[in-house]
Amino acid sequence: MRLKLLIATAAAAAVMGTAPAFADLVFPSLSYRTGPYGPNGIPFADGYADYFTLINERDGGIEGQKIKLIECETGYNTEKGVECYESTKGEGALLYQPLSTGITYQLIPKATADGIPVHSMGYGRTSAANGKVFPWVFNYPGTYWDAASIIVKHALDEEGGDLSGKKIALVYHNSAYGKEPIRTLEELAKKHGFELSLYPVDHPGQEQKATWLQIRRDRPDYVTMWGWGVMNQVAIQEAANIRYPMDHFIGVWWSASENDVLPAGDGADGYKAVAFHGVGSDFPLFDEIQKHVIDAGKAAGDGSHLGEVLYNRGVYAALLAVEAARTAMKLHDTTDLTPAMMRDGMEALVLDNARMEELGVPDFGPEINVTCANHGGPGLGAISQWDASSKSWSLITDFVGADREVVDPLIMEDSAAYAAEAGIEPVACGS
Amino acid sequence: MLYREAGDFKTSYITDLQTFPIKSERFLFWAFMAFAFLVVPFFINDYWEKSILVPFLVWSMVALGLNILTGYCGQVSLGTGGFMAVGAFACYKFMTAFPELNILICILLSGGVTAGVGVLFGLPSLRIKGFYLAVATLAAQFFLVWMFNKFAWFYNYSASGQISAPERTIFGIAVTGPNSPPWATYLTCLTIVFVFAWVARNLTRGRIGRGWMAMRDMDIAAEIMGVSPFNAKLSAFAVSSFFIGVGGAMFFAIYLGAAEVTEAFGIDKSFTALFMVIIGGLGSILGSFLGAAFIILFPVALKNLMVGYLGWPTDLATHFQIMIIGGLIIFFLIVEPHGLAQLWRLAKEKLRLWPFPY
Amino acid sequence: MSPAFLYFIETVLNGLMAGVMYSLVALGFALIFKASGIFNFAQGVMALFAALTLVGLQTGQVPFAHLINALFGTSIHHFGWELPAIVAIIGTLVVMVAFAYLFEGLVLKHLVNQEPIILFMATIGLAYFLEGFGDLMWGADIKAMDVGIPSGGSFWWEDVTREWAAEGSDYFGMYIDKLDVVAAIVAAFLVTGLVAFSQYTKYGRALRAVADDHQAALSVGISLRLIWVVVWSIAGFVALVAGIMWGAKSGVQFSLSLIALKALPVLILGGFTSIPGAIVGGLIIGVGEKLAEIYIGPFVGGAIENWFAYVVALVFLLFRPQGLFGERIIERV
Repeated sequence: MRLKLLIATAAAAAVMGTAPAFADLVFPSLSYRTGPYGPNGIPFADGYADYFTLINERDGGIEGQKIKLIECETGYNTEKGVECYESTKGEGALLYQPLSTGITYQLIPKATADGIPVHSMGYGRTSAANGKVFPWVFNYPGTYWDAASIIVKHALDEEGGDLSGKKIALVYHNSAYGKEPIRTLEELAKKHGFELSLYPVDHPGQEQKATWLQIRRDRPDYVTMWGWGVMNQVAIQEAANIRYPMDHFIGVWWSASENDVLPAGDGADGYKAVAFHGVGSDFPLFDEIQKHVIDAGKAAGDGSHLGEVLYNRGVYAALLAVEAARTAMKLHDTTDLTPAMMRDGMEALVLDNARMEELGVPDFGPEINVTCANHGGPGLGAISQWDASSKSWSLITDFVGADREVVDPLIMEDSAAYAAEAGIEPVACGS
Repeated sequence: MLYREAGDFKTSYITDLQTFPIKSERFLFWAFMAFAFLVVPFFINDYWEKSILVPFLVWSMVALGLNILTGYCGQVSLGTGGFMAVGAFACYKFMTAFPELNILICILLSGGVTAGVGVLFGLPSLRIKGFYLAVATLAAQFFLVWMFNKFAWFYNYSASGQISAPERTIFGIAVTGPNSPPWATYLTCLTIVFVFAWVARNLTRGRIGRGWMAMRDMDIAAEIMGVSPFNAKLSAFAVSSFFIGVGGAMFFAIYLGAAEVTEAFGIDKSFTALFMVIIGGLGSILGSFLGAAFIILFPVALKNLMVGYLGWPTDLATHFQIMIIGGLIIFFLIVEPHGLAQLWRLAKEKLRLWPFPY
Repeated sequence: MSPAFLYFIETVLNGLMAGVMYSLVALGFALIFKASGIFNFAQGVMALFAALTLVGLQTGQVPFAHLINALFGTSIHHFGWELPAIVAIIGTLVVMVAFAYLFEGLVLKHLVNQEPIILFMATIGLAYFLEGFGDLMWGADIKAMDVGIPSGGSFWWEDVTREWAAEGSDYFGMYIDKLDVVAAIVAAFLVTGLVAFSQYTKYGRALRAVADDHQAALSVGISLRLIWVVVWSIAGFVALVAGIMWGAKSGVQFSLSLIALKALPVLILGGFTSIPGAIVGGLIIGVGEKLAEIYIGPFVGGAIENWFAYVVALVFLLFRPQGLFGERIIERV
């Protein structure tokens, strides 16, 4: 009996602990292919994995150094995310892409203490753009506050440069993520003289009748949305039902996947969203992925998501990671990277149009130039629009900048508050 | 083999009421505790701390609390997540408002705050029973989460509503914040859980605990016998909420370090705690630990087995993991409806008689 | 009439409609609780599973495609057919009956005479299992539900109500979703059907007998196991209806299983054991929460409808602890 127990305990202990093995360049992928947000997690995880596979298969790795991708399922759950982080960091992880607001907030202090960079691309804590306070956290090429400002800018353009007296409504997921743009929008409302009204929707957001009845009554000139998961589909469906003009309904980039608009059918035609990377599969890179990865049977998923918005985002994230790794290799003159070198590479990342052309993604995203003080990148975004008849997104504007006058002071203020609370001494930049 | 007894030789009530009436078991328990306190801290690393031991201890604390209410007093509650949030936010407010206050005091104070809130939301239990009460406690769950999300004072007006625990020390060693060594957080949690498990054990076998159990078994009969339902039910809510509040404070300050109320203390936390208590065994201290172990450790073990060793795709592994857990819950219920603790008790009974069952 | 008053009516009307949608979920709970005293935690997941199966059959998805592909290195996804909605619905019903039969034989049979909380726990196990199983079988992506139910705002109703407004006001008519109207009609048929079934058929009478007293029913020769299969099959059918209606709103996806949370306040308000209670409870909750959200919400920051539903239910409970239509709780020592 005791022996059995002992064996069982030993076996359990063996199963619980994971053996660390150092090899190659390790990029963990904290994916969420299951759970309520699984439909959004699958294309991203596929894109992220497929690009790394492409680099391995076609180029033999980054500068000859193979990439090892470790996928760990978080189910968008914070505790599981922490478990994933702890179990993968021992393998020499170079970079974390936490993929959920909750996990990002968890990892910001932890990864900083452990010295591993975090890239929360277009999500997470906006004020992490201040590299002086958050030396290990990056959120280029854009943040939520940039997105809010770009949306307002688009509205300004549509209205001929004057928003005074107009009404803009924000429909948001009632959580940390959804509340992000409120401060920025309030500042912008003061500056441009529009009236901001807020409509929170509680998780999960399957029932939004009350929200849309109010919108129908108040008839705001523009509706913006910070939604996630089932809330997106229901909101777009309800907006179509009340016949809200869809081209005045602008979502953030997380409310803008095929998943969100397809269930609403033709009603979603004309829906807009802000985007920080290109849409569709009309880039040379995607032919390469199709040839070397999907047709070769090495795709992470079933290959059916190629060209979807979130798949592209995964590819983009992996592309930025690989470019940062290349930069780091040049900087430190070695192919054997450590997380600290990776961080330096990210901080020195320069991605211009010529380089994007070389990589087979011409004009896929804005030009990026990360600096020590600015981890938020250029803060550019374009407006994309959904065409229900061809079932495709298209960018209808160029990449435009956010209102830095409004966004930057907010970033400074919030990061300073965080630094004070957590007792962080900002690092000096520009030496 | 394990147990070498030859009869019942108890001559006083004290020996009859012992927690560990069997000598070898007592020895085993203390040996285990010595191992947990004296050996584990030297070998613990980040992974074991953050993914396995600390979550297990924190959830044990919460399960203990809920077991007092549901297992001992018979009041089914689905407000656990909300009460954990009260503990966490109270702890955060104490930590930031009084930086010089010791973290242990902060945690205990947050337990006290939660006890107060628990009593308030326990009031309907005087009139509503059974599943009706369970759903009524959901009102507490949804309201509390909404409140912490809505009023910026609770999260010190930060832009997104996230709270993060600043670094606090005990005897000069950090136990919260990212720089705390694994052994320190582990020992802190272990000590708190050990002390409160001991408190719970002694509460439940004393006058108050007997009142609770009488209330659970038949409330009208208990009332006739002189147990005041008002005192019994509300004290159960208070004590249970205190435990859950301490658990919530530990969950936020020591385990996660940062939390957002809608995500960290949602309705699924309430269900998780209830699952633990039922699977582990209602009305059993040991059951709270076993249930927490099953719900927290088993999925991690399954995941590591399927993904780490067998190399399955993560999504398939997760689907199977959920199915296996569901299947096992049903299996355990069919084999032993009264939880893992009862399974343990039966095994022990058999072993004590073994090899001469008659 | 002034626009503000019309808006009030609109809110109430839409609240009623939302309530009907909640009732559709609550009905499944009430049925099973009434017949077997089980609080079926898996009802929401059953709705998800039924909807997934329906869409899967309709679009000719290969079940377990992901698993098969992973095991054998194949790449199959679709059979390449499109079934008419009605065939797919019948197919799904067969699946739900088979599911009820299996669940009874594998689980319930072994748990006869256990305490309610144990049975509740068993349904939690079922919920876990079905959640993983459904995802494994049909994949986790969002699927559009298209069985030909109209949706979108009704123009006719907008025109009619615009007439009601006072001259000169820029009132633009009342909004009502056609899908909700269909749901209300379906719910009416469903309840009539269920009541007729339990009043006028042999199985219905047996079902009521079992609900009254298991042992007495057994002693007059009613097969408890058969009745349970029947009840779970009907619950599966109700889950399918709920799955179709909610799936048409948001697409069929994992979150569909969370609609169960919306049904809980309805249940306590109406009483766990009452089918009319599920409907009336749903209507009260629907109207209550919409009015609260629109007329109280803006003063406290909004998004109050989730907890307000529970508060409404709680207030009713304080006066009637067994719900509006629940059986009176008689306690003896």
